[in-house]
Formats: sequence, C-alpha cells, structure tokens
Amino acid sequence: MRDEVKQRIEETVKANKVVVFIKGSKSFPQCGFSARVIDLLKKTGAPFVDVNVLTDPELREGIKEYASWPTIPQLYVDGEFVGGCDIVTDMAQSGELAKLIAG
Amino acid sequence: MTRKARIEQRLRDALTPVVLDVLDESSMHSVPRDAETHFRVTVVAAAFEGKPLVTRHRLVYAALDDELAAGLHALTITSRSPSEWEASQSTVASPPCRGGSK
Repeated sequence: MRDEVKQRIEETVKANKVVVFIKGSKSFPQCGFSARVIDLLKKTGAPFVDVNVLTDPELREGIKEYASWPTIPQLYVDGEFVGGCDIVTDMAQSGELAKLIAG
Repeated sequence: MTRKARIEQRLRDALTPVVLDVLDESSMHSVPRDAETHFRVTVVAAAFEGKPLVTRHRLVYAALDDELAAGLHALTITSRSPSEWEASQSTVASPPCRGGSK
C-alpha cells in the first residue's frame, strides 16, 4: 500500500469516532454484509462516517492490509479496528456495540 | 477437490475443531452458482477459548489465506469454544445479497 493511502485511512479513522468502510454508501449499500453493518449502526442512533471502497481500488485493497483483515465491511471506533459484519452483529446483540460507540 | 473440501481440510489442520461445518453459499449471491466465492463456516475449537472474536476470526482467515488470495470472497464465521458451544448452538446467519460481489 502506498504511504499516501495509509495516511488517508489513518486520518479518516482518527478524525471520526465511528467510521465504517463499506461497499456502496450508507443510503445505498451494495453488499449484504455492508448493509447489515449500516443497519446495526443506524439502530444505535449515533453518528458515523461511511467510506465507499468501491470508488477507489487502492483504498479497497489498502484497507485490508491496514487492519490485516481480508474482507469488507470494516468498523473502526476511536481509531481502532473493531471487526467485520459477524463481529458487529454479535456485539449489537450483546449490547456491546452501543456501549462502545457511546463510550 | 472442491473449495469446500479444501476449506474443511485447512481448518481441520489449523484448528483441530470438534465441530466443523462448511457451507457453500455462492448460489445465494450475484456470481455463477459454481463460483465457490461465498461460504459460511461454523468452527468449534479449543483454540478459541478465552480469545476475543477478532483474534478467532484472524485464526480462521490465516488458515484460509491461500483460498482468500485465490478467489474466496466472503466468509460468514461462527467461532465458538467447546464450552460456549455447549451453552448455545446458535450460529451467525449470512445477510441477503445486495449484488455487489465484484
């Protein structure tokens, strides 16, 4: 990954409390896994920033390297990688997601 | 050998699971039925005991890195320790497709 891409990711996840990298957008997710994470985040009622990886092939590959995580979506809270769709689903069910985002 | 069989073998070798279920869900997505791109795995292994979900998923991904590099596109993962599995045998369901697997 080019330094510039890494820097852009870093800036995005540090400048915003909750950031989700998805395929498509918040209002029109183009993948079921991304759609589920958006849905769960919306249910928390907290603001979050979405980044569409489909518009930038370098970002789409770079984000996988950044988190050492081979799939998308990816959720970041307070600059830290939280997980993908299954983990966010699990955390939403246990109430952990709302706590993490509110904290 | 199908990708399903390779995934089973790699997870068995890496994690010696007590329960292992691998499902090819590619036909549920916007890819050819035999694409072998979307899978759902349930792994119950002592190796997961006391480990956070991110670590468990990374163990699964690591075991399948060559498959991920060769076209395995999506994995729904249920990872439980044997004691958690005994308490609840619920698994994570895959979400419906939105057509974006390109």
